[in-house]
Amino acid sequence: MGGATTDLKLIDENGRRIDGRRPDELRPLKIEAGVLKRADGSAYVHWGENKVLAAVYGPRECHPRHLQNPTRAIVQCNYNMASFSVSDRKRPGPDRRSQEISKIISEALEHVVLTHLFPRTSIDVYIEVLQANAGTRCAGLTAASVALADAGVPMKDLIASCASGKVADTIVLDLRNEEDNFGSADVPLGLVPRTGEIVLLQMDGDLSVDEFKTALTMSTDACYKIYEMQKDALKRKYCVAPAEIPAAMAEAIQTSAAPAEQVNGGDDIKDDTSDNQQGGMQ
Amino acid sequence: MSDGALSFIMRDHIHKLIEKNQRFDGRTREEFRKLTVETGFVNKAEGSAMVYLGDTRVLAGVKSIVGEPFPDTPDRGVLTTNAELIPLASETFESGPPKQPSIELARVVDRGIREGQAVDFVKLCLKPGEEVWINFVDIHALDYDGNLFDAANIAAVAALKTAIIPASRFDKGEDYPFPMKHVPISATFAKIAGHLVADPSFDEENVASARLTVVTIETGKLCAMQKGLGGSFTRAEVEKAIELSLAFGKKVRAQLFQM
Repeated sequence: MGGATTDLKLIDENGRRIDGRRPDELRPLKIEAGVLKRADGSAYVHWGENKVLAAVYGPRECHPRHLQNPTRAIVQCNYNMASFSVSDRKRPGPDRRSQEISKIISEALEHVVLTHLFPRTSIDVYIEVLQANAGTRCAGLTAASVALADAGVPMKDLIASCASGKVADTIVLDLRNEEDNFGSADVPLGLVPRTGEIVLLQMDGDLSVDEFKTALTMSTDACYKIYEMQKDALKRKYCVAPAEIPAAMAEAIQTSAAPAEQVNGGDDIKDDTSDNQQGGMQ
Repeated sequence: MSDGALSFIMRDHIHKLIEKNQRFDGRTREEFRKLTVETGFVNKAEGSAMVYLGDTRVLAGVKSIVGEPFPDTPDRGVLTTNAELIPLASETFESGPPKQPSIELARVVDRGIREGQAVDFVKLCLKPGEEVWINFVDIHALDYDGNLFDAANIAAVAALKTAIIPASRFDKGEDYPFPMKHVPISATFAKIAGHLVADPSFDEENVASARLTVVTIETGKLCAMQKGLGGSFTRAEVEKAIELSLAFGKKVRAQLFQM
């Protein structure tokens, strides 16, 4: 938290923020699944002015070898910022900040990945920040969990992530650059929406207990919205619209879904098939 | 997912196709993949370009700061080119300090820009001997499906060509377009089964015995070349590569810069 003073009016008379948002409003968020060819799974998140790519490789042989766990997979996340993603050129390569972010994101993801299914392996997650405007770790985690799903890695759930904080004595959601620099608190949150478990939480700045609770409620609500967008991104990638189903296949679906009497011969095999399909759907 | 090791059957298949002037993705030997360029992708950069060459994807960004010139060129700005082969882009890339492949890539792109006199370095000088613009071109490989050389060259040139010197941010007067003189465009060829193959894909690079990059500028002159890998080219092949590179450069300049 910068805590620096500024002439900027971060909240105006109407309670609007510098980009015109209400305190509890998210920046525009766009999620896309499966954007890279080479990676096993990938996702692109365009969130406000953040542009973040995530790629997943694995489960694969674990490097370095001494990190191997004979009972489960490990998740190794690597958060990296492009040198031109920020105002002052960032020196390429890992620094202390990105090492810390990589660590907490790895730990958050390990909670949802069914790691016991892949002993001795590593699931490598690469988060690449192409353009940054506050909230990149949340955007990165949001993208990473979609990329894991895109890679077909078994998980308990996705993780949705969003920050809240305090700006000009107001609790606000999803801080942008100026609010992060001149605000007084920042609380990034990573949530497992299905269970409500918190898997990533940081805070810096100055908040009363009540303010913290308000902030947490605000970001939790936002995480549920983000969760829907994550699922939607995966559905867009993997659901086939009825128009796209080839005629022959559509016919087959209709036949198997038709009641047994209407099918000529009404034999047992067809019955079984439709039963199985229904079973699979549940 | 391919990790660089290619099955013998695939290797044979690529060889057989090349013999018949065909390729796995339907191209002929001399054909390049579809090129798409999106400039201004990163608003924090002075200039940027996302380049798609088939499924290969590269993002380049330019950042400029005010600094001291080198003692031997007191009236000229500085340009540094750097390439990051991040593990996001391919299983064959590892994180850590730049290794030989990324150093070669950055140096070949840099050579094309420098020797092709793409940049008017004199116009990057603020106060001779004291203050000049120091510029960084950072190249990020995002998806590696072969031929990073051409994708990186085009990304770097397009980023520079659309860059704005941030003079007002440094209290150095008004912003102005990055001073460019020429547009160097590279074209890369692989040698597979004794044939010259343009714009090799990832699998093709893996069966190639040699690689040749030829950089040309719009006047029809050559400005840089780089031969790579263990194999060899004949004189006729080198001449053919130059001819194809000139044609490709012309096409790219027409597509991107209406030149």
